[in-house]
Amino acid sequence: MSGARVSARGWGWRYSGRRASAVSDLTLQIEPGERVLLLGASGAGKSTVLQALAGVLGGDDEGDQRGELLVDGRNPADARGIAGLVLQDPDSQVVLARVGDDVAFGCENLSLPRDEIWRRVGNALDAVGLRVPFEQSTSTLSGGQKQRLALAGVLAMQPKLVLLDEPTANLDPAGVTEVRDAVARTVAQSGATLIVIEHRVAVWRDLVDRVIVLDPAGGVLADGSPDAVLTEQGRNLADAGVWVPEFPPATPQRTRWMESQVLLQGSALGVGRRKGVTVASGIDVTVASGRALAVSGLNGSGKSTLALTLAGLIKPHGGDVAAFPALAAGAGSEPARWKSRELLTRIGTVFQDPEHQFLSSTVRGELSIGPRAMRLPESEVDDRVDALLERLRLTALSKANPFTLSGGEKRRLSVATILAARPSVLVLDEPTFGQDSRTWRELVALLAELLDEGNAVVAVTHDREFINALADHELVLA
Amino acid sequence: MTVIEQTRAGQRKAIHGVNPVAKLIAAMVIGFSLLLTIDPVSAAVALVLEAILLVWAGLSFREFFVRTAPLWVAVPLTGLTTALYGVDSGTVHWEVGFVTVTDGSLELAVAMMLRILAAGIPAIVLFVTTDPTDLADGLAQVLRLPERFVLGGLAGLRLVGLFIDDWRSLSLARRARGVGDSGRVRRFGGQAFALLVLSVRRATKLATAMEAKGFGSSPTRSWARPSPFGWRETVLIAIGVIVGSAAVTAAVAAGTWRFIFG
Repeated sequence: MSGARVSARGWGWRYSGRRASAVSDLTLQIEPGERVLLLGASGAGKSTVLQALAGVLGGDDEGDQRGELLVDGRNPADARGIAGLVLQDPDSQVVLARVGDDVAFGCENLSLPRDEIWRRVGNALDAVGLRVPFEQSTSTLSGGQKQRLALAGVLAMQPKLVLLDEPTANLDPAGVTEVRDAVARTVAQSGATLIVIEHRVAVWRDLVDRVIVLDPAGGVLADGSPDAVLTEQGRNLADAGVWVPEFPPATPQRTRWMESQVLLQGSALGVGRRKGVTVASGIDVTVASGRALAVSGLNGSGKSTLALTLAGLIKPHGGDVAAFPALAAGAGSEPARWKSRELLTRIGTVFQDPEHQFLSSTVRGELSIGPRAMRLPESEVDDRVDALLERLRLTALSKANPFTLSGGEKRRLSVATILAARPSVLVLDEPTFGQDSRTWRELVALLAELLDEGNAVVAVTHDREFINALADHELVLA
Repeated sequence: MTVIEQTRAGQRKAIHGVNPVAKLIAAMVIGFSLLLTIDPVSAAVALVLEAILLVWAGLSFREFFVRTAPLWVAVPLTGLTTALYGVDSGTVHWEVGFVTVTDGSLELAVAMMLRILAAGIPAIVLFVTTDPTDLADGLAQVLRLPERFVLGGLAGLRLVGLFIDDWRSLSLARRARGVGDSGRVRRFGGQAFALLVLSVRRATKLATAMEAKGFGSSPTRSWARPSPFGWRETVLIAIGVIVGSAAVTAAVAAGTWRFIFG
């Protein structure tokens, strides 16, 4: 086995219906067996390049191509099977219901004989360290396991070019390590060429031997060894949102007021989403004004469920959540019994997936839903919306459809929609998951400001830097 | 992913290993023969034969009644409505306004109830012992249905479990955003649309992942799982044919045969 050669000459791609090109004037050469980290500000076209190399960008009706992009001297769309692509979202890549079948899927498409397929399936699962029975249901796997499954499916096809598009962005720290190590092992074995996109540089830095930075204006901004490129471009990359270890995002100075009031208290809490299934119990927790509480713990420990319970969205399975008068303000002491409109101004919840909470077809409409539900006068609604648009750099996007925004923009909008009602307690589920360093910095600054104003923050998070920057207390669920 | 897992749970009996295509054909043969006529005899004969065959169906008592629950609800309702509103003939037992219960409508009611059971039980029992992946393999390899269609459907089925999770999150998010109090019907519509949007996006990503693994790029494709069609499949289809023809023969012999299209 060996790697594939990648060459681009003046290559560019413009999606149908868009005025600007996603990628333009790209000229580069990647030698067989090279391991490349592809960086660039969001919108620089990194994913477009990877999808083009995987041959899945589509034909003329999907967009216009310029120049030339070749994998081993061939047009990628005609050379399927040479390149294997792993994407970011673990849930959207599983094709079949059983682990073995899912890995076999790619081999079947290559028309391999049956014996050969199952031999490769076994080897690929070994290579990624996923030692589960072939018969196991794919839905029982964790995020990290699903990504390793996706990798195994790609490896079984024995690609000469392995393409990874932010394969660890949605994983917890343990999952990140699992996937990174599996990639390191398998690439070393097969000698395949590797191109990986990831904005957390530290994860891949030791594994790659070359870093290429795409310029959003077209072409390549920097290209060379990791050390050289990160020294030369580190500051610019960090400003553009790439996580460069040498240039961590600035964290705000907190003003911690001495007096703090208890707003919410959970005693001997048992939590669960489905009737009869309690995922965590015996939890004692206090939420106080001007204080940030971080909830951490392994996947499946019930962190998100606890957050939803504290937020008054689901009923506790045991114990109780009590809202103190300072928060309840006449609405009763059980948040789960509050009306939706009573909840709005008291406890705001930012969901892990921003798309779950979008209700409107424009950014502006999205922000005005909360204030309208509060029956504020139109002028007041407009004032609040304008201030938030400005504050979160969304003014230029006010007429855009929330679903068409980038990941960072969606996150900012989802936080803004909740802030529009000015709740006293803000509950956030993995607010920094998959975010670039720029969005991270803005988010942390915003939350610090809210805390200083006397609001309470509850954040479910794996993000150690986030906890260090903001949390006053940490609750670790086992 | 409940849809898929349920069918894989429980012990595997002989029936689980039979090619799903044969199950499909057997259930269709029985159902079709019973559709030809409306009379109590044919359905009763089929039902008796099926009751004997249930021993080999690989379902526990509890499982059987849980899975066939919809039938047990549908059957009395059908019986009642047919008895009240069915075509009247013979002695009138009871009459209020339009509602008349007669010998004829009672006989029809019994026939309808038996028929639903006789056609429904084999269909449900054979379906719940079928794994969707095996069915897809059979449809593509035995019946040679287009693989794009079959595998696309199979992959889509896997997303159903995710829809359920999405729906829960969408409901909670609406409460959190202050619009969860009123307008239940309108909210349902909006939420259904949001689910549709999410589903299309997920499906698009899945399609890209499938394409990236070479799906649909070459005219030929091999199959990792064989879908054998041998004596067991032939036996099952033969059983279906026997049950169907026994029912028809019995009805004709008893003189109760009433051709439905006649």
